[in-house]
Amino acid sequence: MAENNNKDADYTYVAGNGLIDRRLFLKRGIQFGVISTLASTTSSIASAKPEDNITGGFNPARPPWMNQMGGPFSTYGMPSKYEDDVLRFPTQNESVPGNGVSWTPLHLMEGTITPNGLHYERHHNGVPQIEPKKHQLLIHGLVKTDLTFTIDDLLRYPMQSRICFIECGGNSNAGWNKLPSRAEAGYFNGMASCSEWTGVPLSVLLDETGLRKKAKWIIAEGADAFAMQMSIPIEKALDDALLALYQNGERIRPENGYPLRLVLPGWEGVLNVKWLRRLKVTNRPVMARNETSRYTELQPSGKARMFTFIIEAKSLITSPSANMILKQPGLYQITGLAWSGRGRIKQVDVSADGGETWAPAELQEPILDRSFTRFRMPWNWNGKPATIKSRAIDETGYVQPERSELVKQRGRHGFFHYNAITNWHIDSDGFVSHVYDKNEDEKTSNDTDIGIDSGWD
Amino acid sequence: MKMKKHQTILILVLIAVGIKPLIAEQAKGPGLGKAIAPEEIAQWDISVFPNGEGLPEGKGTVAEGKKIYQQQCLSCHGENGLGATGDQLAGAQMALTSDYPEQTIGSYWPYATTVFDVVRRSMPMTVPGSLTNNEVYAVTAYLLFLNNLISKDDEMNATTLPKVKMPNENGFINIYETDEKN
Repeated sequence: MAENNNKDADYTYVAGNGLIDRRLFLKRGIQFGVISTLASTTSSIASAKPEDNITGGFNPARPPWMNQMGGPFSTYGMPSKYEDDVLRFPTQNESVPGNGVSWTPLHLMEGTITPNGLHYERHHNGVPQIEPKKHQLLIHGLVKTDLTFTIDDLLRYPMQSRICFIECGGNSNAGWNKLPSRAEAGYFNGMASCSEWTGVPLSVLLDETGLRKKAKWIIAEGADAFAMQMSIPIEKALDDALLALYQNGERIRPENGYPLRLVLPGWEGVLNVKWLRRLKVTNRPVMARNETSRYTELQPSGKARMFTFIIEAKSLITSPSANMILKQPGLYQITGLAWSGRGRIKQVDVSADGGETWAPAELQEPILDRSFTRFRMPWNWNGKPATIKSRAIDETGYVQPERSELVKQRGRHGFFHYNAITNWHIDSDGFVSHVYDKNEDEKTSNDTDIGIDSGWD
Repeated sequence: MKMKKHQTILILVLIAVGIKPLIAEQAKGPGLGKAIAPEEIAQWDISVFPNGEGLPEGKGTVAEGKKIYQQQCLSCHGENGLGATGDQLAGAQMALTSDYPEQTIGSYWPYATTVFDVVRRSMPMTVPGSLTNNEVYAVTAYLLFLNNLISKDDEMNATTLPKVKMPNENGFINIYETDEKN
């Protein structure tokens, strides 16, 4: 690249097709290429304002915002108006607008914490408008004393904070389709977000109610119009379940469970019951709709996997990713997220030659248990077509599978728990698109069916 | 001998205490929970179990259920439960092992009680909680009838519903309790 000071002599190649040793990030003066989204390419043209030209053009030495008083204080800050394309992407049932999801725009974000306004949503029948003074939590069943708690009560209990991801079991389900999704990375993988949750450990309240000997499961129920209920093993409830009142320092947003949400670190989203109103301690699961007819995974044998609570390790390159453009050959920063419901991420490997060769990416500290972990990898793109991909390995040694492996194992109709490796193909114009591996091209000349599974969960 | 027995018991007690450090060391709350009477809990508790535990009094027939279905359910779930914007509930033609598996109440759901539970707690989506227990029994009966699981003269109530045999009851693998590694 003529426009920067990068020297090829600085690059220590560690894998095929231009992947560079991650220690390049420690060198001074390294300049990365521009990766733009299609949206930002067009909006930068459209947003050129006529008033910039009225006074004879823009003067960077004294830009206009230095010549006028700044705006007022605000009681609640909002993103810059120039970032108005960084949005959740809702898709919902046309008959019941509150039944659907909104996706976190992971491809437009950096770091590991999801801002509250961008945390993914999955509602079965909309967001209830709960008055906190009238909300109560009932704990009953196989306990020694049935008890109710108000939100004001819970705010007086000893609290704990923890950072963890929450991922919907249905995240990335377009991956089961025969043809690769054309959506942006976050708009088919963004039913995953990561927050700091603060609240009362469930074990503290179960200590107060006492447990009877036969207590083995807890049925958690929300105060939404679906009255969503899920069964949870008592071991998880006593281990690290949190009754969250706060998300990233402020009270949980209505769409994420205000005023009270169950958080089960590492376990699939639907179990992290929002708008929590009732916990029934039992000796067995209730066999709710969402643990029988849904959130179970039909296998090729005709049998279905049930109670698949734990989110397996997954990673995703968020930039460059689908529908972005690399403006010219040269040095780029590949960046993405990895997470595992079984613990910490130990390693993320990146490949730039479609999986022929791999090298470990730089992991951003701190690497937290069952949280998003950011990885980065320097890459010298030679301008020729290339396929980049990432694979996560967690501290249990579990390795994120290739799509062909996962489909071979589980078939294509399980719908939930898709955690395969995602490939991004960069063509010679720098345009990025989602592709499957060549050996898993399931499309035949007569096959026009794109095999989209339906449903919201 | 006696001493030895006492020592053994003491060790067992120590082990028992030792393996439950979480409970022993956890933070104690201020104890603000309020007791609640069983009659009140009964009003909150709408969970129905496969053996029928939690089912209320009441009853409903297939014919009654058909009328309610056509007024309250058909717009989303389609004629005869074949599905529309809402789930397909009946009429599965393609097997679960086929390329286009149809997962309906009759072909997939393991327990009949789940139908009652989800209709009572969640349906219809526009006015959840608006059906009486008799109406929920009736809609449940109609849906089971559409799936050829009961005959058109059968009545559903707290005794008959848990006895309905579901073809796919054994179609599930409990991953949590059988295989810790998923």
